[in-house]
Formats: sequence, structure tokens, C-alpha cells
Amino acid sequence: MKKILLLLVFGLFSLAPAVAQEVEVIKLADLNNLLKQPKEGVVLINFWATWCRPCIEEMPYFSKAQEKYADKGVKMYFVSLDDVEILESRVKPFVKKKKLNGTVMLLDETDQNAFINRVDPQWSGAIPTTIILSGKQRKLIEGKMEPQELEALLNKYTSVP
Amino acid sequence: MKNVFLLVLGALFVLASAATLPQGYEVGDYVADFKLRNVDGKEVSLANYANAKGLIVVFTCNTCPYAKLYEDRIIALNKQFAPKGYPVVAINPNDPSQQAGDSYQEMQKRAQEKSYGFPYLQDDTGSVAKAFGATRTPHIYILNKEAKGFKVEYVGAIDNNHKDAAAADQKYVEEAVGQLMSGKKPKTTSTKAIGCTIKWKEA
Repeated sequence: MKKILLLLVFGLFSLAPAVAQEVEVIKLADLNNLLKQPKEGVVLINFWATWCRPCIEEMPYFSKAQEKYADKGVKMYFVSLDDVEILESRVKPFVKKKKLNGTVMLLDETDQNAFINRVDPQWSGAIPTTIILSGKQRKLIEGKMEPQELEALLNKYTSVP
Repeated sequence: MKNVFLLVLGALFVLASAATLPQGYEVGDYVADFKLRNVDGKEVSLANYANAKGLIVVFTCNTCPYAKLYEDRIIALNKQFAPKGYPVVAINPNDPSQQAGDSYQEMQKRAQEKSYGFPYLQDDTGSVAKAFGATRTPHIYILNKEAKGFKVEYVGAIDNNHKDAAAADQKYVEEAVGQLMSGKKPKTTSTKAIGCTIKWKEA
């Protein structure tokens, strides 16, 4: 029975990438809503850009982890810090090619000094940077994460009651 | 035995806090001298700047798109402020074994192509960047020379518009150096910007 369920879940997720991935353009206010401690589940926000090599290197296993941890209430958001001017020419084609699980957004804010501290005072502004939220817990990880690091982080946050 | 245990415990705490707390210089700190190899083969240290009023230290690199966006602005800052006693010193903290485009040869090439009017130093062990507390490229530290040494007066970004220098309405570095030149403290002493993580040499 469990196997059938797993198969079903996998089946559903393998269908998901076939759906055209949208990239929603957001402002700081929208991002701040996303950064509120979730009432349930785990929210993971990954800041990236098409020009950021370590970001691109870590994305595939973030995407895989989204698939693996979806039934544990994990929701991943990939927030691009690319310039909105290249949304159609670079960001959307990139996202389409990568077939990411999770929600992809683009933060359209130019005044970085104004938004970085409001996202997290600990954040220096370097990317990749990931924020994970669950219950009352919150953590910022600046820099690229290794797959086992991400897994450990997700295990910890999904085991919180 | 107990002492050893305490020592180990203490060391662990130091290590743990080193990993989590932001380190490096803050505004008001004096900078320790360092010695790094310039693209011309000569070593450069703060001692070379005995006659400067201050320095604009820029952690930057060849490869980060954000550093590239700011390259011409860094060159312009040096043109504007070196004659006034505040030259630019550029430092590349990336480990070339992880980022081939930041090798010493590539740095030499880039500095020549763009006729950098300032030193471009290789910090391939990242030790100077770590001492400063730099986390990304580009990352700027403005130092002012005092009797006791070079003091950090500003840490952060060049301006508030990476896309278009002309559209930036807050030119942090320009304003801070201008204020230092007129004997005042910078009004804005710390800003943040998006940048590339430094490719640290693995221990």
C-alpha cells in the first residue's frame, strides 16, 4: 500500500515539470510576505541568479529535494535576483530548461541596500543564499550548500513539531 | 586532564562562533598591514602608501558578473580620487583552482586590457579578505589614514544602481571619500549589495 502511494506521489511529481514553469515578478512587499514564519510546513527561499555559477550548481538537488520532501510540507521558492529586463530573454528560458520543482520568482528591486537588510540583517548580499523557515525557527545560509547539508537541514526542519 | 578538556571545549567554542558570527573589520577598526603580489610581480603592502590620505580597497575579481558591471566604475573612482590622495587597491580573493578565470595570468591580462591605474593584488589564500571580513565581490572598504594607521570608515557597495551608473542616485563611495576629504566622517558608513560569494580556498 505504501509503495503504491509512493508511486502515486512520484507519478504526480513527474507530471509537474511538464507544466510550463511560470516566473512571477515580485516586489519587496511580496517577498516579505513570503518571509513570514509559516503557520504550517517548511518554507525554503533560495536566492539565485542566472549569472551565479554556484547557484546554478546547487539548483538541481534543491529541486530534487523539493520533490522528495513535498509530502513533509516543504515548499521551495527560487527567487531570482536577475534584472527584470532579462526576464523573457534569459530567466524564463533558463527556468524552462532546468525544469525546477518549486515556485520560481524574480525580485524586481534595484536598490539592494534597501532590501538586503529587510530580508535578513545577517545577509551580506552574496548569493547563493538560502533562508529556511518553520514554526518559530529561521535560518540563513549564505553560500553554496552541498546536497548532504541541504538534506540535513530539511530533515531537521521537517522533524520540528 | 580536566584542563585539557576545558581547552578543547574552549577551542570548539571559538571554532563554532567563528563559523557563525560575522568576522572582520568594522567601521572604526584599524587595518593590519598585509603583503600581496601585484599583477606586475611586485609585492604591495600598506607600507607602500605612506603618503596616501587613505585607500579605497576593493575586493573584486575577473569572473563575477557583478564585479564586471562595476569594473569601469572602479577605474573611474581611482582616476577621480588617486590624485586627491585616496587611490584604489583592488584585491582578488578567489581561489583560482576553483575559478580558472581568476588565475594570476588572467588577472594580469585583465589589468592590462583595461589599463588599471591601480594595483590588482592576488589573495589566492583568501587570508586578507578574511581579515577584512569581505564576503562577496565587489566589496569595498574605505580606509582613512590616521597617526595610528589606516582606519576603516566605510564598508559596502559603490552605489545603489548596479545596472546603470548614471541612474544611481546614491554614490556611496564617492560621497564617503568626499566627506573624508573635507575632514568629516562619512554620513553613510555601511551599505549592502548583491554580489558573488568569494570562492574560498578550501582548507
